[in-house]
Formats: sequence, structure tokens, C-alpha cells
Amino acid sequence: MSEPVPATRSIVVERTMPHPPAKVWRALTQSSLIAEWLMPNDFEARLGATFTFRAKPMGNWNGIVHCEVTTFDPPKRLVYTWKGGTVQNAAYGSALDSVVEWTLTPVAGGTRVRMEHSGFGPHNDSAYSTMSGGWPTVLERLETVASESA
Amino acid sequence: MTAATNALFKTLSDPTRRSLFERLCREGEQTVWRLTRHARISQPAVSKHLAALKSAGLVRDRRDGRETHYRAEPQALVPLIDWMSMYSAFWRDRFDRLESLLQRMDQ
Repeated sequence: MSEPVPATRSIVVERTMPHPPAKVWRALTQSSLIAEWLMPNDFEARLGATFTFRAKPMGNWNGIVHCEVTTFDPPKRLVYTWKGGTVQNAAYGSALDSVVEWTLTPVAGGTRVRMEHSGFGPHNDSAYSTMSGGWPTVLERLETVASESA
Repeated sequence: MTAATNALFKTLSDPTRRSLFERLCREGEQTVWRLTRHARISQPAVSKHLAALKSAGLVRDRRDGRETHYRAEPQALVPLIDWMSMYSAFWRDRFDRLESLLQRMDQ
């Protein structure tokens, strides 16, 4: 019961696209194509490659997102780390040590594209390591309460 | 702003404080006495937690004679929620752009 579980949360976006997995994979892994839909980058299509995304700078943050390819399994799974921001920023540009995971599944007439961006949490907060497992659920419930009373 | 966000996380990382805050969200304004009855800790301990919640902006108090009433201020959570919703909106927008790129690409 006292075992701390990761007090982080994820964003999941999932959509079926009428294109074959190989084509979606190219859009996810060719630097010039990635730049067209995501951000300027120097992505390299190989396991272990380190690369950056260049976002809009904010406050003390230069806008650079540092990444490393940790899974490269064409045309099915692509995982990279996503680190950037600074604790001085609150919302946009706040410190983030996270992971972006792409999963492509062939379906009738196209590809199921799933993106999970995980690791949102108060990383630079000493209380983070002592948070109990109830935290994500509680925060979700509180979100509901807050939006209802807004 | 960031100091406020950290204070929110820190304050809500305590399970007793969290349950006091949730109770106030759920059941509306209450006296310290009534909160203590449910909390299984002493009244001074409850008051101390309420003071922490108050300094994080999560509750507001109101004196009425000898009693202090507390109520939740759930909008204090907005900085935490914005942080996540900002990234959600970002990725949904990027999915739209990915789809339109795929339409323009050759097989």
C-alpha cells in the first residue's frame, strides 16, 4: 500500500487515417515531413538517435525539446523521449521529462494511429516522490469538479 | 505562477489535505468541527491542514461567531488543468496537420 506508483498522467490521441501504415510511418520518421506537421526538427530514423524539436521560446526556456529514439520498429512502433522547458514556466514551456509513443495498427481501409504522451507530473517537486497512488484519480475527479464550477 | 503551481501540487500531495479538500468540493461549506468529525484526527490538526489549503488558495474561510466555516475554491486548480489541456490541444491540432499532410503525400 505504501509503494509509490508513478504520479504521472498521459495524453492519448487516437484516430483512424485512410492511408497505409507505411505511408503514415514515413510522415512520422522523415525529418522534412515531420517538420510539415509537427515542428522543425533534426530527427534521425534510427534507434538511439538523439534529436531536437524547436518550439517557440518562452521565458527562460529556449524552446528546444531534447529527444532520443528509444523504440524504432517500422512500421508499427516509434517511441522517443521528450524533454524540455523550465520550472520557471507554468503552463506552456514548463519543465517536462516525458515520453511520446506512436503505435500504428493496420485496419480496414487504413491505419489506426495512436499517440500517447506520458509523464506529465510535478517532476521538480520534492513531494512528487512521496505522492500516493490515489493522486491521478483524485486529480481527474478534481478536474471534473473545477470544470463544472467554472 | 510556477510557485503557485508547485504549492498546489505540494499541498494536495498530502492525503489528509486532499480528502478535506474533496469533502469540501463534494459537500459544500462546512465548519471545522464538522470536518473534524469525519477526519479521524484532532481538531488542531484539521485546522493546520485547512491553513495549508488556504495559503495555496484552495479553500476560503469565513468567521461566524465562534465557528469558522470553510469552502472549496476549485478554480485554484486551473493552473494544473491548463498545463494538460494545453498539450492536449497541441496534439489534436498536430493530428489534423498530419492528416492533411498525408492527403498531399504520394503513396
